[in-house]
Formats: sequence, structure tokens, C-alpha cells
Amino acid sequence: MITNEFYPLFYTFNFYVFALLALMSSLFFVTRKSPVSAALWLVSTMFALAVLYVMLDAEFIGIMQILVYAGAIMVVFLFVVMLLNLGQPSEFSDIRKNGPRLVAGFLGILLTAELLTLAWSPLDARLLVTTVPPSVATAGAGGIIGPVAGPLFTEYLLAFELTSVLLLVAIIGAVVLAKKRS
Amino acid sequence: MLAEALTLSAVLFAIGVVGVLTRRNAIIVFMCVELMLNAVNLSFVALSRLYGATGQVFVIFVMTVAAAEAAVGLAIIIAIFRHKQTVSLENINVLRG
Repeated sequence: MITNEFYPLFYTFNFYVFALLALMSSLFFVTRKSPVSAALWLVSTMFALAVLYVMLDAEFIGIMQILVYAGAIMVVFLFVVMLLNLGQPSEFSDIRKNGPRLVAGFLGILLTAELLTLAWSPLDARLLVTTVPPSVATAGAGGIIGPVAGPLFTEYLLAFELTSVLLLVAIIGAVVLAKKRS
Repeated sequence: MLAEALTLSAVLFAIGVVGVLTRRNAIIVFMCVELMLNAVNLSFVALSRLYGATGQVFVIFVMTVAAAEAAVGLAIIIAIFRHKQTVSLENINVLRG
């Protein structure tokens, strides 16, 4: 089943680009001293992972990854780092050297070129999609979200409701813990 | 791409573990835990291509728990910082305030 999948070159190439991006970003993330710098590298990792999710036919999860992880959780982290004034401004000079600039410019030009190619050339759709049997997420009624929402609201309804209790407990706990004692 | 995705997931998880074990800043340790959760999510998504969309349901649960964990954990860190003026794990070793 797995062995005779056929992946077009375009798909494979992009998969490796973003996998490498995620890998390098996470390596930079654990080696940075400043929490702000580390948090920004982690955001980069999460964006690359979101692209991988979309390429693995989990579009809804990819969007959630950007909204929840990169958009909400990391903002809370950065907020706390800056609230406690833990940043080390000297660390940011590592982004402004020439090597990283070259890598960033190369990646930017590469991805822009890919986008323009897709926009302007009458590419065969088969170049973009895999010939793997259409995955569960895209097959059947309900489009992208249907197959995810189905089990969520039937089979795992109890867990889903318990999640709301967990969030309520977390909110109350966070407010109580962070409250200033008078 | 399944094998590559699972390999990347394993490597990211290992990087997260290394971060948790070696870093001394409590906030960065928290972020490493988030990276480990992300690595697990990647395996869930990759395997959901083979075994059905249930894996993606679990990814949503993992994200919710991660959000709750981040909120409570960061509140604890703020409380500790107010008390001890530091977030270094070396200096946080007593349970009572």
C-alpha cells in the first residue's frame, strides 16, 4: 500500500524544503540563549509544520496550527517573556549577518518563483496532487472538515465536552495564579 | 512521504527532549514541551492518511490541552517570578512559597 505510491517531483521537493525548514528552525530554537529569539524560531518551526500538515491532506489541522499554535500560544509565551523583561537584545544580532540574509533571500526567491510558476503556467493538475488514493480527509461528503468533525461530535463527544471543562479550569487557574496579592 | 514525515517527527521530538533536559530557563523548557507536542501531532497527521481521520481528531485534543497547559504554566511562572525574581530552574527548588 505504501510502497507503490507515486509522488510528483514538485510535491516531493516542497515536502523536503519545508521538512528541512522545520528541522533547522527547531535546531536554532534549542540553541538560542534569548527566550524571544527562541520563541520566534519556534514560530518558524510551527509554520513549516503547518505546511507539512496541508501537504499530508490535513488542511483543517494546518489552519488550526497557525491560528492556535503560532497565533495564540506563542503570543502568550512572547507576552510573558516581555512582561517579565527576560529578553537579551544582544542575541538578535545573529539574524543580521550576511549568511542568514543569503539563506533567507534564497528561500524567498525560491518560493516566490514556485508561486509564479503555478500562477502563470497551465500546469497539469496531476503535478500537484499525489496519486495516493485520496485520503480520508478529502474523500466523501463534508469536504475537508466533515471527516474530522464527524468522530469529534459522535464517537468522542464526551472527550470534547470534557475539553471545555479543562479550558474553564485552566482559565480560572491562570487568573487565580497570576493575580496580584493585595 | 509517510516515512519521511515519521522520521521528521522523531527528530523533532528528540530535539524537544534535548531542550527540556539541557535548558535552564523555565519558559524555554515550556516551549520545548510545545515542540514535542508538535512532533507528536505530525505523526498523528501522517498516520491519519493510512488509518482514517481519527488521528486528526486527536490532534485537535492535543492542541486544546497544549493551550490550557501553556496558560496555567505561564501563570505559575509569573507567580514564581514575582516571588523569586528569576525563572531559572536551578533556583526553583522549594514547593512552598
